[in-house]
Amino acid sequence: MAQIGYSKKVMEHFMNPRNVGVIKNPDGYGKIGNPVCGDLMEIFIKVKDDIITDIKFKTFGCGSAIATSSMVTELAKGKHVDEAMKITRGDVADELEGLPPHKMHCSNLAADALHEAIKDYKNKKRK
Amino acid sequence: MEKIYLDYASGIPIDPRVFNFAKSFLMEKFGNPSSLYNDGVEAKNALEEARGKIAKFINAEDEKTIIFTGSATESNNLAIRGAAFRNIGTGKRVLASAIEHISVFNSMKDLQKNGFYFEILPVDSFGVVDLNKLENMISKDTIVTSVMYANNEIGTIEPIKEISKIVHEKGNYLHVDAVAAAGRIPIDVQKDGIDLLTLSSNDLYGPKGAGALYVKKGVKIQSVILGGGQERGLRSGTENVFAIAGMGEAANIAMKEMKNESTRLLKIRDKLISEITKIHQTYLTGHKTKRLPHHASFRFSSIEGESILLNMDMYGIQIATGSACSHKTLEPSHVLLAIGLKHEEAHGSMVITLGRSNNIDQVPMIVKAVKETVNRLRKLSPLVK
Repeated sequence: MAQIGYSKKVMEHFMNPRNVGVIKNPDGYGKIGNPVCGDLMEIFIKVKDDIITDIKFKTFGCGSAIATSSMVTELAKGKHVDEAMKITRGDVADELEGLPPHKMHCSNLAADALHEAIKDYKNKKRK
Repeated sequence: MEKIYLDYASGIPIDPRVFNFAKSFLMEKFGNPSSLYNDGVEAKNALEEARGKIAKFINAEDEKTIIFTGSATESNNLAIRGAAFRNIGTGKRVLASAIEHISVFNSMKDLQKNGFYFEILPVDSFGVVDLNKLENMISKDTIVTSVMYANNEIGTIEPIKEISKIVHEKGNYLHVDAVAAAGRIPIDVQKDGIDLLTLSSNDLYGPKGAGALYVKKGVKIQSVILGGGQERGLRSGTENVFAIAGMGEAANIAMKEMKNESTRLLKIRDKLISEITKIHQTYLTGHKTKRLPHHASFRFSSIEGESILLNMDMYGIQIATGSACSHKTLEPSHVLLAIGLKHEEAHGSMVITLGRSNNIDQVPMIVKAVKETVNRLRKLSPLVK
């Protein structure tokens, strides 16, 4: 049977999201989506020796948008930036025990926001 | 945790009195109404009794004006497609208000594929149909104009009498979808000047699986479902006797109890509206006074409706939203866009529709849950700086 509602894990992350907030003067910042579409995510990272030491997010969006944001911060924290770049949308959905099919694309942008934040970090480092 | 159900526009439990009245048609009295032996006659009589009750409920001029269908969606299809195809010699234009149910829109869009012209009648920021625009848009070749009695998402009641006057002076048939309004406010098809009226059984606390279409005497439509010619040839297929008998009894009960029940719900509604709109950047959607007595709808800035729904569910409170994420189409509600909300505003909506299980003592719990939900989601939102 196709998945209809949200998994327990999605609801758990939706109700108790990890790493909510902002980081002042972050080493990397990523923003994906826009409020017109109904999803907007911001991710802030602190990096030391290419390791993500702290990560925070803020999200406007549906249940899966919030849960995927929370999950991606958990997956990325403590990882080398090059490892964190490899985290995919699919990884996030798998860790959440799946997402309903119509949510896979629209509300699964958290990995993209993380990648943006890492790219931002790398750009800043080059300068 | 006490569950509080606030989504009566989506689904309603069948009234136990209705179930007891109609249940014998599920097993003992299973006859086909078209059969001539006693069991069939018994079923046929049940249909006719229900027809009489529905006719009385909307003050129809004759019982024969009531056609039973399988749902309100089917009634809307029959009214619009049936009128358009039957009167193709009169004209090829169809008109619907911008806040109609999807079954009205999709019926008209389908007509457009078949050579008709489908136009959308705008509404103002409260969802009230613009009568001047109606006058300008309608013409003698507008076969059917569809305006709902009241809207299910924003609760606004339309000026049906005035609309009827314009439609009958300048156009042809007026179709009214009364699903949200029926059983909440009185409907009189003769006084209101309605040619075709859609009703749903479940919205009256009747069983799902039945709807009705009132077809005024002399109004010409044709069937959209072909077969054995049941329901005066307008809706073939063996009748759902249980659901139809139940729908009749549900209308009968609604007729007797509506006045008291609507007065009771209106007090709860007004209390909810006054408390919830106190929340920062929270707005009522729809009209403040021209509003269904059981309907309270809002929008909250900077947060998204599906999150509101899920968060409220954690308190055991079930509400609805017009947010894109709650729809398969991933588009926000066309009703909220029609009243002029921007996409980002339409995403943050919450709809409360009250019913028999609700009481005034639930208001503080609901308000507390809404406040905490909004605060929590705003803390997560990057749109709140």
